[in-house]
Parts: sequence; structure tokens; C-alpha cells
Amino acid sequence: MSKLIAEGSEWTFQALEDFEREIGRIASEKYRLDTYANQIEIISSDQMMDAYSSTGMPIGYHHWSYGKQFLSTEQRYRKGQIGLAYELVINSDPCISYLMEENSMTLQALVIAHACFGHNSFFKSNYLFREWTDASAIVNYLLFARNFIAECEERHGVDTVEALLDSCHALMNLGVDRFRRPRPISPEEEKERQKEREDYLQRQVNDLWRTIPKTEREQDEGHSRFPPEPQENLLYFVEKNAPLLEPWEREIVRIVRKIAVYYYPQRQTKVMNEGWATFWHYNLMNDLYDEGLITEGTILEFLQSHTNVVYQPEYDSPYYSGINPYTLGFAVFSDIRRVCENPTEEDKRLCPEYAGADWLDTVHHAMANYKDESFILQYLTPQVIRDLKLFAIMDDDADSAISVTAIHDDYGYRKLREELADQHNLSKQEADIQVWEVALRGDRSMTLRHNQRDRIPLDDDDTKETLKHLHHLWRFDVHLESQRGENLHRVYHCTDEKVWIDAESGSETD
Amino acid sequence: MAFLIIDRRQQGKQKSAVNRQRFLKRFKKHIKEAVTDAVNKRSITDMERGEEISIPKKDISEPIFHHGKGGKQRRVLPGNKEFIRGDRIDRPQGGSGGGGGEASNQGEGMDEFVFELNQQEFLDFMFEDLELPNMVRKQLKDSDSYKLVKGGYLKEGIPARLNVVQSLRGAKARRIALGGSIKREIRALKEELEALGEMASERRRELEYQLERARRRLNQIPFLDDFDLRYNNMIQQPTPTTSAVMFCLMDVSGSMTQDIKDLAKRFFVLLHLFLKRHYKKTEVVFIRHHTKADEVDEEEFFYSRETGGTVVSSALDLMKTIVQERYPTDSWNIYAAQASDGENWADDSPKCSELLVKSLLPLVQYYAYVEISSGKEQELWRAYDGITDQFPDSFAMRNVKEPADIFPVFRDLFVRKPT
Repeated sequence: MSKLIAEGSEWTFQALEDFEREIGRIASEKYRLDTYANQIEIISSDQMMDAYSSTGMPIGYHHWSYGKQFLSTEQRYRKGQIGLAYELVINSDPCISYLMEENSMTLQALVIAHACFGHNSFFKSNYLFREWTDASAIVNYLLFARNFIAECEERHGVDTVEALLDSCHALMNLGVDRFRRPRPISPEEEKERQKEREDYLQRQVNDLWRTIPKTEREQDEGHSRFPPEPQENLLYFVEKNAPLLEPWEREIVRIVRKIAVYYYPQRQTKVMNEGWATFWHYNLMNDLYDEGLITEGTILEFLQSHTNVVYQPEYDSPYYSGINPYTLGFAVFSDIRRVCENPTEEDKRLCPEYAGADWLDTVHHAMANYKDESFILQYLTPQVIRDLKLFAIMDDDADSAISVTAIHDDYGYRKLREELADQHNLSKQEADIQVWEVALRGDRSMTLRHNQRDRIPLDDDDTKETLKHLHHLWRFDVHLESQRGENLHRVYHCTDEKVWIDAESGSETD
Repeated sequence: MAFLIIDRRQQGKQKSAVNRQRFLKRFKKHIKEAVTDAVNKRSITDMERGEEISIPKKDISEPIFHHGKGGKQRRVLPGNKEFIRGDRIDRPQGGSGGGGGEASNQGEGMDEFVFELNQQEFLDFMFEDLELPNMVRKQLKDSDSYKLVKGGYLKEGIPARLNVVQSLRGAKARRIALGGSIKREIRALKEELEALGEMASERRRELEYQLERARRRLNQIPFLDDFDLRYNNMIQQPTPTTSAVMFCLMDVSGSMTQDIKDLAKRFFVLLHLFLKRHYKKTEVVFIRHHTKADEVDEEEFFYSRETGGTVVSSALDLMKTIVQERYPTDSWNIYAAQASDGENWADDSPKCSELLVKSLLPLVQYYAYVEISSGKEQELWRAYDGITDQFPDSFAMRNVKEPADIFPVFRDLFVRKPT
């Protein structure tokens, strides 16, 4: 009797159901993957492009930048420059996965294993997702956001709202508290308290900017700076303190900020998330084959797709575009299993904590408690470094040439591991910009401070443009001091009339 | 475990339509330029197609704070083949961002943002701000087709248009207004009567008499009076004529080369597309002429070759005949476009302008003359010269020298005039 789920390359709804059931059985019984309920949605390629342009959100507010995204995806897809992803998965409960109708049956099985069990279990168990996002509330919150913004457009005009969103988007990456865990989003509460908050906020802001003379004692205290400590969450600071924003504008700033928070874990776990999902689709598909549920043809087609997914072009290849997170993540997770099952002498020396341990426990632990940066620091073994032939370079503008600082040898492992971890550390990759001071009693100008790391400056053109956006929100002069060590390297200014830079060598006006 | 499979394929795919419109609106200026360029470059037969538009990347970027070049940039790369620690690599010259270690995953030096405008959007942009000359004026003044619409109420009218509800409503209001004080009086009398009790007295008889009089007065108020009557008012509203006919007049004499004909054709194609967007029904009549004019089909109009002299008035004559026979002005909007290299029998030109002024211009909505010549004005241009002043609303002429002129001239002819 044949246990085969399906044969041939055409998928059927019955086959999808069977795959979901069988893969789910293996995933939970054999591998203890803990998942949200799955909601699989079959969509066409056009719908996939729609989904792409809203960055995977099932519901989004309207903005021209999503239109731009859509047009560029469409153009490149029609020309055959890019293929569309086989799937798209949303961190929600139930976990929504979009499957393309064009996929062959093998691909659908791969995608179910990858998204519906791999990503899904990652969303449910990784500490960043658990702390930063609320999977059950996100869809409702997005709905609230869209309705609210549509209402604002009706009341205040599409152009006004669009300009505000432009400015918020420019500062979106600076809309999270990196070192503090946010309160989870809850839409019902959100809606109820929104009105209340509007009134309350406005009162608070007004209080901050109160011009009634203070008593002498108050004045003495008032000489302390504002904010008392530098603030890294620019959008939060604007939402709470910008003097002239209307309550509805503050609410929109808040919406963008909340969405930035929702994305924050994803941006920090690209390698782990994709690696985890790839690791599991690889194992689960092989199990299906071992149990006789899929044919040899299917497993071969699967292997072909899998190989494409984890292909890493070398640095000098024309196809090279950075380190493939699928490759790196898959390699590290597979290597954890190898170290647990067949540790070498080297492994026993370098990773005594888990060499020879139970591999399933170890990968679950790794998945649940790390983000890309710490994951690489902890689990990138010399074996993986050798397999990928990693090397590190340093391009110092004070030096006449680029130098190679580490390769895959005994001297290099540790350094490569650190550098690769840094490369995946958002707080090191993104410019370190904080609100430094606000002239409460002066011209109400806001001063930001950028601390240069390794003498790396800001991009002048984009910084000036972004500053204009901040000015649009703050509505008074904005300054940005780029600090190189103890010295002021450059200062960017933005006033009502113009934007300019004071550099060490004179000033450049825009 | 519970799970759900949903087939979404049948649900709309236009989720991004609004965002797409927002994008187009924001970059209207760029797109319009690109559309104008495209129209000029297009071959004649494929005007109705989308277009690839490119916009400089810089103009549509969404800026964020990010690192620039300089300082100590570190990077880990895969696929080492020849390097060992301490090796020094020369910086790649020229290209920034590429090659030796600066490779970034955003932007491979693409300077243009390219996307596809679909056909509908393309045409929208193409004809934006253009209007059909004189359409409104023509509709309200000269159009003979009307429809009846309700327009309030009249006090006089034919019984068939009597509005019962309005009439009775008016009557009731009148009855209340006139009867109010009498009713109050009656009520007062009754109360007094009751207060008197059963006793017969002078006062009682007096009151009963007054009550009787008041009741009679109340009864005299008519239930329905003449001036309560209201009649529905119907007004005639002119309806726009929804069909248009376009006459294409072209000189096919020996002096018209294929290139000139191509230019003329472009103009005709644009005009046709434009009319098609505004009218439900559009017909095209092709008239070509040398010394004698014929009505022909499109193929023959553009491609058959004939030689001979040029008598422009023959075409105008034929057009006049056709209009009178087939296209009554009350149900057709008539447009004409004439293309010529401007050569004509010297004797014929005055006749042409006379024909136009006297017979044709009163019939048509708009008459456009396009002279395709690289030199100075030709015979026909000089003959038509005065007409523009006499009929500034319905006659226009322009000179076209090369393909790139066609679209600007077209826009120029049909541009929306500030009112």
C-alpha cells in the first residue's frame, strides 16, 4: 500500500492539507516545534506583489512609497529580473502564510515546512519576538492604524498626512528603545485610550513649553538640561515633546513608531530566522522521504530548490550581494547538530558547553535565546568559517590600501566571529544618533548628537534630507552634531529657510 | 492542530491600486515629461499602449540617517581564495561601492527608477489638461436634444401634472392658518357654557348663538381652494450629444512625401484617441484630395499613392456635402483636422478660405489646420491667416516641422483655456 501523499507536480488542496498534517505531526512529535495555528492562503503572483509592497503586512495604510515598491517589483518581475518569493509569512496568531499558486507541489511542501513550521515556531519561541511583539494583536492594530490614518486624510487632506508620514518614515529606524522592552501593542486598549491620550498629551506638552515665569526656586532647578539624559528614541521624543504637533499628528507618529517596534525583532534575527526555517524544511522533507510519503522525484526537486536557497556567491562573483542569511543560518544550525552528534577534538576544546549534548535541546535553546549578533558570537565555529572561507578586511581611509585582517586560520577564527557578529549588530550598523538637548527657553531648537564609530561619518546628502523631515515634525531649528571622539567633526543645521553643514573646513551651504 | 487553508486567488489583486495612484500623483511632473517624450517617439500605430517611465532615483528616494563613506570600514566576506592575513589590496578605482569589499546590497549604481505605466494611465497623462474646444458652449446653445427633468412646482398647469401631495399639504396649512383663531374661540365659548351649568339664562342663549356662528364660520373654510393647487414643473435640459465625427482631410498630391504623410497621420491618430475618450461614439471620415477629393478608407488614405495637382477646395466641398447628408449638427459634434504641406493652386486659396468661413466653420466644433513644412508659410497658410481672428474659438492652425512637434502642437491646440 502506498502512503504517498501526492505524485506529479500539480498541487491540490487535498495534498496541501495532507502535507500540513504530516509535517505538523513530525514537527511536533519528533522535533518539539511549538507553533501558532496555521492559516495558509493561496494567492496569485499579482497578489504576491501586492503583499510585497506592503512589506508583508496583510493590511496597511495608504502611502505613495508602497506604490513605488509595487511598481518596482512589478517591473522587475515582468522583465524576469527577479523571481517572487515562494511564500511570505506573517508574525501573527494564527500565523498567516501566503503560498503562490504557481509553485509546484514539491515547492508547496517545502514552503509549508519552511514557513508554517520553521518561521512559525521561531515567531512563537524566540525571546525577541516574545518580548517585542504581540502576535495575536498585530492584525487588529494594523486595522486600527489604517482606519485612523484614512480618517485623518479625510479631515486634514491627503497631502498633509502624506507629508507627515514621509517624515515619520524617515525616522522610523530611530523609533525603538533599543535597551528597553516596550509594552506590547493591544489595539482595543489603544482605541479606547487614544482620545484620552490626545487630551492628556497636549496638556503635558503645553506644560513643558509654558512661558509663565517660574518662581526663583523653580528657575534654579530649571537650569538642568532637557532631556536630562540623551534620548535614542527620536520618534518617541517627538511624539511626546514636539511643541506644535496636533494630537492627531502625535497619534500618527505613534503608529509609525509602533510598527517600527513590530519590525525590530525581524531586523535583528534575519540570519537566525531564515536559518532556522531552512534547517527545518531540510530535516522535515528528508523525514517525509524516509517515511515514504514523497517520491524520489520530489525529494530531488526539493534538493535542487534547497541548494538554490542556500547558495552563497563568493565575494568576487558578479552575483555577490552580501552574505546570504539563509546560507549562514543554515550552516550554523546544521553545525550545532554536528557538534552535538559528532564532535571533533577541536569542537570539544572550543565548544565544551554543547559538544556531545542533546542536539535538539541545543538548537531549541539557541533559537529561543539569541539574536543574530549573539548567535554568531556563540555558535559560529571554525568549521563553518572554513566551509564558507570567510575573511575580514578593513578599509581605512587613512591607509593607502585595504588590508586583510583575518582569514580562516587559528589566528583568525575569533576575530572573524567578532567582526561577523558586529556586522549583524543593528546598533553598530546603524548610525548612533540621540537627542542631546532642546533649548527649552531659547529658540526651541533641538540638537542631536551622532557619535562616530571608527571615524565613519554620516552620508551628507541623506542626512540633510532626513534633517528636513525632522524639522517638519519639530517645526523649530534642528541641529545635528557629528562627534568624532572628543572633537566635533561636522554640524548639520536645518532651519525654516535652509539646510547647511559646518565642517572642519569651512561651511557648505545647500 | 487546527489549521485553515484559504483560497484567495479570486479576491481582488488591486490591493495596491490606491498606493499606485498616490505614487503617480506625487511624481506627476516627471511622468508627464516622460509621456510627452514617448508620444513623440512612438510609431503611429501603437499610441494605445502603456509606457516604461523612468524617474531619477534621487528624486524619489526616502532618506534616512545612515553611514557614509570614510573612516574605518570593516567587512567580512565569503569565498577567500588567495588572501592571507596582512595582505594589502589596492582600492578598486572608479566605481564606488562595488568590488573590493564595499559591496553593498542596496543599489548597484542604478540611477533611474523604472516602472511601467499601463495603457489607461498613459492616456490619462497624455490628455491631461486638454479639453474639447467649445463643447460646453455648443451643448447649451446649439444643441437640439433635450430631456425633461423635474424642476420644482408651479401654481398653474395642466391637470395631468397636478401634484396631489403638494396641493393637499398646502390646503391643510391654509386650513390650520385660517381656522386656528376660530377654533380657539369655540373652545373658549364651550368652557364658559359648561361653567354656566344647566341653568337657562340670557347669557346662555347669547353664548349658544355665538357658538353656532363660529361653527358656521369654521365650516366655510374650503377644504381645497384654487390657490392650493400645485403642478409639477418640468424643465427642458439640453443633453450633450454623445457622438462625434472627425473629418481627416489630407493632401495627397505629388508634393506630399511619405514622411509628411506620416507626420499628418500621427496628428490624426492623436485626435482620434482624444475624441474616443470623450464621446461614446466616434466616427472618422477620411477625405483625401489632389485636384479632386474622394472619401476613402483608412488604408487607402494613408498609403495609396497618387499624383497630381492640388485643389484644396475640392476636399472642403466634399466635407460640406457629407456633413449635410449624413451628420446633422444637432446630433453630431463635428471636428475636422486638415493636414497639408500648404501648397495649393493660387486661384483656389481664396476660395478655400471663403468656403471655410461661410459654410464649414458654422457647422463644426473645431477645425484644426496643421501645416507640415520646414520652410516659411505656404500658400494655404497665408489664405487661412485671417480666419483665426474671426473664429478664435473654433479655428486654429499650427506649423509642424518634425515628429517631435506633433504632440506639443496637439496639446497647444486643445489645451484647456482659462475661463
